[in-house]
Amino acid sequence: MTSLAGAKDTEMVEKHTGASPDRVIDIEKLSLTFETGDGPVHALSDIDLKIEQGDFVSFIGPSGCGKTTLLRVIADLEKPTAGKITVNGVSPEEARLNRAYGYVFQAAALYSWRTIASNVALPLEIMRLSRSERQERVARNLELVNLSGFEQKYPWQLSGGMQQRASIARALAVEPDLLLMDEPFGALDEIVRDHLNEQLLQLWAKTSKTVAFVTHSIPEAVFLSTKIVVLCPRPGRIYDVIESDLPRERSLDIRETPEFLRIAHRVREGLKAGHSYED
Amino acid sequence: MTTMPLAPTRGPNPFAGLMSGIAGPVIVVVLAILGLWYIAAVTLNTPFQLDTYERADRLDVPFSELLTDTLSQDRPVLPAPHQIAVEIWQTTVEKKITSKRSLVYHSGITLSSTLLGFVIGTLLGIFLAIGIVHSRVLEKSLMPWIIASQTIPILAIAPMIIVVLNAVGVSGLLPKAMISTYLSFFPVAVGMVKGLRSPEIIDMDLMHTYSATRLQAFWKLRLPYAVPFLFTSMKIGMAASLVGAIVGELPTGAIAGLGARLLSGSYYGQTLQIWSALIMAAVLAGSLVALIGVIEKLALKRMGMTR
Repeated sequence: MTSLAGAKDTEMVEKHTGASPDRVIDIEKLSLTFETGDGPVHALSDIDLKIEQGDFVSFIGPSGCGKTTLLRVIADLEKPTAGKITVNGVSPEEARLNRAYGYVFQAAALYSWRTIASNVALPLEIMRLSRSERQERVARNLELVNLSGFEQKYPWQLSGGMQQRASIARALAVEPDLLLMDEPFGALDEIVRDHLNEQLLQLWAKTSKTVAFVTHSIPEAVFLSTKIVVLCPRPGRIYDVIESDLPRERSLDIRETPEFLRIAHRVREGLKAGHSYED
Repeated sequence: MTTMPLAPTRGPNPFAGLMSGIAGPVIVVVLAILGLWYIAAVTLNTPFQLDTYERADRLDVPFSELLTDTLSQDRPVLPAPHQIAVEIWQTTVEKKITSKRSLVYHSGITLSSTLLGFVIGTLLGIFLAIGIVHSRVLEKSLMPWIIASQTIPILAIAPMIIVVLNAVGVSGLLPKAMISTYLSFFPVAVGMVKGLRSPEIIDMDLMHTYSATRLQAFWKLRLPYAVPFLFTSMKIGMAASLVGAIVGELPTGAIAGLGARLLSGSYYGQTLQIWSALIMAAVLAGSLVALIGVIEKLALKRMGMTR
């Protein structure tokens, strides 16, 4: 429990320093309640969170803890019912209109009638970029996710992992400073997932983007993140915020180190404590 | 005792090979229909034939003669398939296309109003669907009328449409085409509403994250999603369109078109003429629907939707 208190303290300190110019996401006392036929569902309750430029933040928690909802609020896919949130210093809606973020869904969500290149070009067409600019960005981002040579393939001709990489390339093509990822590798097997995690980390190091990443895998969260937000359900709330002291440059071997295991342990303890098994 | 072959690739049924393709089953069904047809023709045409014999005071006609006579009457209750085939041959291949007795000429008349009505109906259906999908008000106000429109018997409303349009000076192809439109817009409208609404939530969310306009979401997401639905409903619409065109030719005593052939055939008891017009209409509808099927295949292949 000391860890929890520690996390709360750093939050308090941050709150008093005021908005920093590097702050990408600032959430204060945010709540979201869904009105359903069975009465209100408190998806998010009293969330306070700051995310700085260049952070890699993971949201981890059991199903129904609101981690995806939180990401959707940041992306302006859901509206909070109470509290304040700014993205890049403006409202989520304005940030969306400014195309401040790229969103990667749980499923690749590639359009089946478009080739891979054309799928990656989709947001660029909507942004009304010139043809040459589109071609250049498509080629560059497909290369970034190691999908050069698959431009003219249709989504169904690619494996699940390749499809998800294409959807990451599509999010990157918008060239946002903020990447929102909702369990992007959840449906993939462990080997592919490890590989993509490593690639994602290299990508993050190369581009210095801010990443908000939803997962329910403890090793994935610890391996990727500079900051791990542990959520618990009913009502969905933040239980613990863990600042990782692992070096920014990591390889998969780091998962065997004591530091890694210590953080993973703290995450696991948080998940256990926050989840009441009685109901 | 015979020994079984070591690895029989098919069952012992000697017809198994025949029934494994597409041609086999189709041929069997066609033969069965033809057989039943001949039996029915003989049965239905026998009373008249017996009457004829009686009036001619012939009492002991051998069965074989009765059989051939029932299958070669001028105005049979049910003509035999070969009689219809001969009639169709005579009125298509052996007649000049410009002749008023050419079935090709009459089919052409019906075809032109079918196609005109179908094109207008398809466009109308698509536009109605676009309106309905994008506006709650349009959905609530239009949808009941669209459904109600199809509960009115087309046979009752067709003469009204033609009489009214004639009264305001619209005659010729368009009034008949309007009836085709009336029947064909419905499946297209309903199919397109379903199609335009079929994108997954995640696909719509994606458009939202890009801050796409409704127009962009329509062109880049809803419309491609609706294409397979469009082709399916166009097939139904095309068949309905042909029915509409034929019905449109009935009430005004139209002098040309398959409907007119049906009508004059029934006036004069020309069952052969009726049946040949019917078969022609069926062949026409089948070919038109097959044509849409071919276009569908090409379009979906081009869109990368077929594997």
